[in-house]
Amino acid sequence: MTADAETLVRAKNLKVHFPIHAGIFRRQVGAVKAVDGLNFDIKRGETLGLVGESGCGKSTAGRAMLRLYELTDGQIDFEGVDIAGLSKNDLREMRPRMQMIFQDPQACLNPRMTVGDIIAEPLDEHTKMSSKEKRDKVKSLLESVGMNPDYVNRYPHEFSGGQRQRIGIARALALEPDFIVCDEPIAALDVSIQAQVVNLLQDIQDRMGLTYLFISHDLSMVRHIADRVAVMYLGRIVELAPKEELYSNPKHPYTKALLSAVPVPDPEVEKTREHIVLKGDVPSPANPPSGCRFSTRCPVAQKNCFVDDPEWRKIGDGGYVACHYAE
Amino acid sequence: MDVTDLKTVFHTQDGVVHAVNGISFHLEEGELLSVVGESGSGKSVTMMSLLKLLPIPPAEIASGKVMFDGKDLLQMDLEELRKIRGGQIGFIFQDPMTSLNPVFNVGFQIMEPLIEHMGLDKKQARARAVELLELVGIPGASDRLNDFPHQFSGGMRQRVMIAIALACDPKILIADEPTTALDVTIQAQIIELIKELRKKLGMAIVWITHDLGVAAGISDRLLVMYGGFVVEHAKVGDLYKRPLHPYTRALLNTLPAEGSGETRLRSIKGSPPNIGAEPKSCPFAPRCDYAFERCHKENPLLERIEGVHDVACWWDVEKEAPRHDG
Repeated sequence: MTADAETLVRAKNLKVHFPIHAGIFRRQVGAVKAVDGLNFDIKRGETLGLVGESGCGKSTAGRAMLRLYELTDGQIDFEGVDIAGLSKNDLREMRPRMQMIFQDPQACLNPRMTVGDIIAEPLDEHTKMSSKEKRDKVKSLLESVGMNPDYVNRYPHEFSGGQRQRIGIARALALEPDFIVCDEPIAALDVSIQAQVVNLLQDIQDRMGLTYLFISHDLSMVRHIADRVAVMYLGRIVELAPKEELYSNPKHPYTKALLSAVPVPDPEVEKTREHIVLKGDVPSPANPPSGCRFSTRCPVAQKNCFVDDPEWRKIGDGGYVACHYAE
Repeated sequence: MDVTDLKTVFHTQDGVVHAVNGISFHLEEGELLSVVGESGSGKSVTMMSLLKLLPIPPAEIASGKVMFDGKDLLQMDLEELRKIRGGQIGFIFQDPMTSLNPVFNVGFQIMEPLIEHMGLDKKQARARAVELLELVGIPGASDRLNDFPHQFSGGMRQRVMIAIALACDPKILIADEPTTALDVTIQAQIIELIKELRKKLGMAIVWITHDLGVAAGISDRLLVMYGGFVVEHAKVGDLYKRPLHPYTRALLNTLPAEGSGETRLRSIKGSPPNIGAEPKSCPFAPRCDYAFERCHKENPLLERIEGVHDVACWWDVEKEAPRHDG
């Protein structure tokens, strides 16, 4: 099957379930349905924002896109090749083209390796460069993320959070990938540093023509960086739309509530703005509610919402929504 | 409460860390004061110092006065302080999982201060605990008293924390990043709850946060902290409309503006200061766009500009000129 030239990655009915074992025989008694049937595509060169609250499965979805988790069901087409079905060796061939940037820059860098070794590791694994070539490459990578190339022999603990995140980005760029999954790349950083890293990510994207899946819970940052935004709730995408459309005219009641919950840094606006405060907590993904998954907290739920699972349907201009009543 | 010239230092193996450098502020009855700043700016340490909640040593409260009800909290002995902590001043911490004791049920944890400070017997305390859980919006309150913290979700745990802090009708509630660990929709619930409780109970609140958005919605006044100093202090409307410190300005500018269509975010260059040495110059000077000679030589003191608006800066960002000659 060939995908159209525009689409770089496409997820079809993507499912990741984690089994729950219990009892003396450790029999499987259920599954945490972390990701339960996602359908979306990411166009070449665009940034798709993936937002949602903690536990909604956005990170799992991001990792599954790179097959860092085995899929329970569904497929992921990367330029028309289904990577869900690839053998280990074939998958290894594909690896250089897709990379990941992690949330915690402290945890994702090996404290015993120098910065040079950390960034060169993917080069060791996937290329046959000589050590001199590697060294030059590492230095140019450090420069491209705005760091002093003389830092190659330092260790991660000598750097601040923002700088460590830059090292993580340099490592992701080492193999010149097409597609990068950014899993909450700025969540662990201070506000004044967040802007630096976001600007860097955008510069690199312009320069190298990268495609991003940008996972975040920070809706205002996603609004800034993304072209299209997908909103996840309890293992499903409830709405996907071009950025401006989604923020100015949200269709799904969850999107509406989520947007209204984000505080605006302007006291005048805050005073007059209407907040939709959702009741209760997110249900457990091991035992999601029947019908629409948002039905238990939805302020406008009708009878059939508790029974029928809403269909993933097209709405408006390039948008999709999973709600019986969205218009 | 009136705090003057509070100074806290930590003695570590690598030298002395100056976390809080001579901070003064006051808190009026029933008002909500937000303390905003990045991590390491000293906002939490300031509030912990007030009640000597820091481990001493390595921490040392080098100077200062904390007047509360006509008494200086820093001069009190531990016995007296214990009566104030959790009694007249309640504390809510950032992470409700680590600040609740996992081996006691929440009923016990709410009843403890009631028995300790208010002298209630067990039965009265239990009735009051149910009342408190209902007040903070936990459904089925009387059944949930026997549940343990792990049986509650993050938002519910934070509600339990608030219930404990409110147990003895405190005059002051200090909330240290109470919503940072929570999701936005849960954060909205907690903020809504705090607003309601303020109306009902009328206590003063100190709200520590790094989120300028949250602060905009709830505060009466704000303190902006940087490198262990208060750099700006103003009423909420003034601060957002007319920020006078370059740091406050920059901080507001880094937030992506709604629908501005700007392709780049304005970032603050460099990174937050290392607070190892006692600062001799303005802590923000190395990152400041307006910094000039004087900023690198002398540290500006907080001075009143007008009404309730103080700023610590040598540069007048509005006139685009130094604030003082010489």
